[in-house]
Amino acid sequence: MNYGVIRFVVGWTLMLEGALMVPSAAVAVIYGEDVFWDFAAAIALCIICGLLAKIKRPAKREFFAREGCVSVALSWVALSVMGSLPFLFSGAISDPIDALFETVSGFTTTGASILPEVESLPRSILFWRSFTHWIGGMGVLVFLLILLPMTGGFSMNIMKAESPGPSVSRLVPKVRTTAKILYSIYIGMTIIQVVLLVLGKMSLFDALTLTFGTAGTGGFGIRNDSVGSFSSYHQIVTTIFMILFGINFNAYYFILLGKAKAAFKIEEVRGYLAIIGVATLAIAVNIYHMYGSLAETLRHAAFQVASIITTTGYTTTDFNQWPEVSRTILVILMFIGACAGSTGGGIKVSRILILLKTVKKEIGQYLHPKNVKKIKMDGKSIEHEVVRSTNVFMMTYFLIFTGSVLLLALDGLDLITNFTAVATTLNNVGPGLELVGPMSNFSVYSGLSKFVMVFDMLAGRLELFPLLLLFCPETWKKF
Amino acid sequence: MKIIIIGCGKVGRTLAQQLSEEQHDIVMVDTQPQKLQEFSEEVDAMYLAGNGASISIQDEAGIRTADILIAVTGSDELNLLCCLIAKKVSKCHTIARVRNPIYSQEIGFIRERLGVSMSLNPELATATEIARILRFPSAIQIDTFAKGRVELLKFKLKPEFQMDGLAVSELAERFKCDILICGVQREDGVAIPRGDFVLRDNDVISIVAAPKNSAAFFKKIGLATHQVRNALIVGGGTLGYYLAKQLLYMKIKVRIVEKDKERCEELSELLPEASIINGDGTDKKLLMQSGLPSAEALITLTNIDEENIFLSLFAKEQSSAKLVTKVNRIAFDSIIEKLDLGSVVYPKYITADYILQYVRAMQNSIGSNVETLYQILDNKAEALEFYIREKGPLVDVPLMDLPLKNDLLVCCINHHGKIIIPRGHDRIQVGDTVIIVTTRKGLQDINDILRK
Repeated sequence: MNYGVIRFVVGWTLMLEGALMVPSAAVAVIYGEDVFWDFAAAIALCIICGLLAKIKRPAKREFFAREGCVSVALSWVALSVMGSLPFLFSGAISDPIDALFETVSGFTTTGASILPEVESLPRSILFWRSFTHWIGGMGVLVFLLILLPMTGGFSMNIMKAESPGPSVSRLVPKVRTTAKILYSIYIGMTIIQVVLLVLGKMSLFDALTLTFGTAGTGGFGIRNDSVGSFSSYHQIVTTIFMILFGINFNAYYFILLGKAKAAFKIEEVRGYLAIIGVATLAIAVNIYHMYGSLAETLRHAAFQVASIITTTGYTTTDFNQWPEVSRTILVILMFIGACAGSTGGGIKVSRILILLKTVKKEIGQYLHPKNVKKIKMDGKSIEHEVVRSTNVFMMTYFLIFTGSVLLLALDGLDLITNFTAVATTLNNVGPGLELVGPMSNFSVYSGLSKFVMVFDMLAGRLELFPLLLLFCPETWKKF
Repeated sequence: MKIIIIGCGKVGRTLAQQLSEEQHDIVMVDTQPQKLQEFSEEVDAMYLAGNGASISIQDEAGIRTADILIAVTGSDELNLLCCLIAKKVSKCHTIARVRNPIYSQEIGFIRERLGVSMSLNPELATATEIARILRFPSAIQIDTFAKGRVELLKFKLKPEFQMDGLAVSELAERFKCDILICGVQREDGVAIPRGDFVLRDNDVISIVAAPKNSAAFFKKIGLATHQVRNALIVGGGTLGYYLAKQLLYMKIKVRIVEKDKERCEELSELLPEASIINGDGTDKKLLMQSGLPSAEALITLTNIDEENIFLSLFAKEQSSAKLVTKVNRIAFDSIIEKLDLGSVVYPKYITADYILQYVRAMQNSIGSNVETLYQILDNKAEALEFYIREKGPLVDVPLMDLPLKNDLLVCCINHHGKIIIPRGHDRIQVGDTVIIVTTRKGLQDINDILRK
């Protein structure tokens, strides 16, 4: 294990985090809030810690998969700890575990909150809360790759550990250029959404925070009723952009290259859009009697479906009150999640597709035991390795899931609450059902449970293994 | 530039490594995903699993916008097919590795009519390299610049040269020869020496000189300069055949030891002037019988690196022959260097070097102006030849006034065919070619040698 390089990477991440707090500090200045000094202190701390960590250049350059995973996981932990400082310094959240929960929920783009009431918080704190979604959506280390010119295995292993999906696909030969393209698309789409929202007569601050939550598929609102009190135009724009940010970014690159056809031929994108369509219709039929007008029903159904499948977690209505069928569909959507290579979380549509195809193959195997069949995706056979790692991923996923539900049960809350609380955090969605429903929050849980969910959120965002590696003693041994 | 490499074998990997260090965009194609997977952690490139000769795979690799396609799979036919297909859809340059002697003989046709920009035969290239070494056995390695007017020679300082403790600046005065030491290799690394650098016995030094000057210099320090008169080759594969042919052409007596009876018969048919011995090259008695003690050169070319190394070590003890050892795997080159085997040739490096030269020369027309490039001093330094096209900040300024970067040396100026080994007051003019030796890799332009 090359500790030098890991320290170096974590140092750089902290420096970057310091820089990323500057916009929030600027917001504090604009609104004349005292919180500015709390931000200044947090920025100073980030930069000092970062400098201390990165001051000595690593002696050895070896950087393998193990170093990649560990530095990404540690960077995320460091990021979360330092990111909670503004909440603590400003007194917005007084308990350190609560502050950590809120920050992790932000960076992992979960959007689950322990705050019962947000409208009274300083503007800059709300801005920081939403901005963490935007940072976490595409990934901090991917951003770091653009800034740090490093050679060879470094970038590849970082990218592998941080970006979601069963396998990393590259748009262009160089990882660094790939990262640049991804961020350009990300920033471009963010700007478009902000402009569209502002055109619908929304204040710039509201537009920015709402967009950050949408782009990162996070879900922290700046109002107590999430998006419910915004106009229906704003809700529709948000719905569309949530769906867009949940699509594999490769599709946008294809469109930029002028190959729109290829973009819509990606099986995962088709599957994703089909699931959204079917789920929306099913829910609309189920809840029609609650709203009356067709337009309103569809708007609520589409918004909730988009919000949950992309793992954003905004709500326009309290879906906890919906009939069982709709609630169940939403919980299923939580697990499915968005596309690989997007900013969304969950298991990912591509994994679901691979798993379904594996099941189909297995059934075929019973009919014709000697049958040889390759699993294909987008017309290409999938490596056995990818199928295997998908299966292992699922197994690990359910292990963590069960363990977490068990630990949460110690608090004595009901099963649906615990089950959806874990589902919503492990899949980085945000709201669950019953006591953790859209109109409630996570403050009902004890410190231990919050800690478990912090773990779940990080594990979900980093796709389990990088984080699990931190707990394996073998990782830390020199040999 | 955008470069597609088909074949993730030894040569493909070496190329990818070098080229990505030089900031090119690399796409690697191989049929075995496993190989790509392993390699993908080492080099930042795009990896595609599939048959490189399929148009859809080439399309996916971006053949239409690529600058160069390099086909270095194990099969000649596949390599040629890759290039042919690429040529049909793209304007890119194509480089193929073609090792079958039959195709190699028809390379002119392949190049002209099939549109393959460059074809490379690793065995032939290696044979040429070895033949060059045997022409001048005292040197470990010889490279030529400026169409052969300048040589870069590498040799080891022995106590009998009486150069121990001599500073580089005293050299010219002592030997009255127009030569320049451009690199010194010691146990602790590679140095580009300044005037006050003091030489020690057992240093491996590289000098730049015109051939007649280097000959004069070697005579003065008492080093034999004639070519070898006979050579014993162990291993009669394709490489052995090419080498024997070239050596016979140079009027060197050749004896080949080959294990396989049938191959021996083939060889004796192809090379009537050589004497072919059927037997195991690792057989001590056979080697002695074959005249090892009186051989002037022993070239070990079996397919097993360890065997080659052992044979050379044995020969070092038994005779004073010039040793040339072929090593395929380059991972342990630093250890092999310590064994002091004389000249070690790495066919992989040679192949990659030739292709790199081509790529650099191509870039020439786009931006850089490197004419020739050699990896010297075990790939730790490079010798580059630049052509001065236009007036720049370093033209017509005495060298001593130029703010040159550290770790590099202007070794030679070719002024309209006149070779100048430059001293402080010499100037570079437009139309000259200049040779730079440096441990900094990736120089693209002659102006890169100046401090910013």
